[in-house]
Amino acid sequence: MNCIVIDDEKMARVIIKTLCEQIKSINLVEEFSNAIQAIKYLNENQIDLIFLDIHMPNFSGLDFIKTLKDPPKIIFTTSDPQFAIEAFGYYFIVDYLLKPIEFPRFEKAVKKAERQLFVQNQLDQNKEPALKNDFYVNIDRRLIKIDLLNIYLIEAKGDYINIKTENKNYVVHSTLKKIEEKLPDSLFLKVHRSFIINVKKIIDIEDNSVLINKDVIPVSRSKRPELMKHLDFL
Amino acid sequence: MEQPNLNYINQLARGDDSIRKTLLNVIKTEFPQDIKDYYESVEIKDFKKIEENVHRIKHKFGILGLDKSYDKANEFESHLRDKQFNLKEQQNFNKILITISEYLQTI
Repeated sequence: MNCIVIDDEKMARVIIKTLCEQIKSINLVEEFSNAIQAIKYLNENQIDLIFLDIHMPNFSGLDFIKTLKDPPKIIFTTSDPQFAIEAFGYYFIVDYLLKPIEFPRFEKAVKKAERQLFVQNQLDQNKEPALKNDFYVNIDRRLIKIDLLNIYLIEAKGDYINIKTENKNYVVHSTLKKIEEKLPDSLFLKVHRSFIINVKKIIDIEDNSVLINKDVIPVSRSKRPELMKHLDFL
Repeated sequence: MEQPNLNYINQLARGDDSIRKTLLNVIKTEFPQDIKDYYESVEIKDFKKIEENVHRIKHKFGILGLDKSYDKANEFESHLRDKQFNLKEQQNFNKILITISEYLQTI
């Protein structure tokens, strides 16, 4: 865990450094005597945790956190208990340590920061990339926007594909393979070598075909299990 | 009057003499400068600056185990924040500064 300390008092910075040296998982990479210098540093460097003093001349720790766009975790290190309530109003504040800081309390705060970072990383990894809502097709030298959610069927027709939406059909010079790459897997499925369907638009399924809008579309035997996976059964 | 001690510094150093020396060197260097800044702010009656200097200095009271003095410094600082300058509080604060300065010469 890479961290920095911001405190106008050298003794306080040396104490934090000494405390950090006693915990293997922490790497104190930089120290700052004022918050302005730290802002410049944070614009160019990725940091996991900041030990931050509140009461500093000209620019306080509370002023500083208001400038952060993508804040790392922060542990306040201060002699002022009166700012605790305000400090905990920010989601990225992990702890509030009163000086002089003793090692057991410091260690507890660091572990808390590690746990929060671990949970945050897990959440970030599980987050699905944002769905694209639309794409453009070239028809008669015009670029036309098509809303993905309106498409219910795409059919291969030789060198062309027919994109069917609820309002209009678009015949585009392309292949099913090309358009398949642009479509989200969670919504579209190639059920046959000539058809891609929007699974949310299915009305019913019978044997080896699906009814979608007013079209009956064949489903290849090999694609049937995959299609069933997309459906939500009672 | 309570006397300064090195319990906290020894606790931080965990028996490592080089860490202990580093911590003592920093406090011995920084404290005289803190006092100088404090008296200069008193001289020009800049209450904001006095408050800031008291705030910085009181942390060292805590480091040197001066718990009661720390509480008194807190009150002095709080009154300064409210723009109330209490002469008795200031005299007490000054006495602690002298005690610490004398103590730092002995270590």
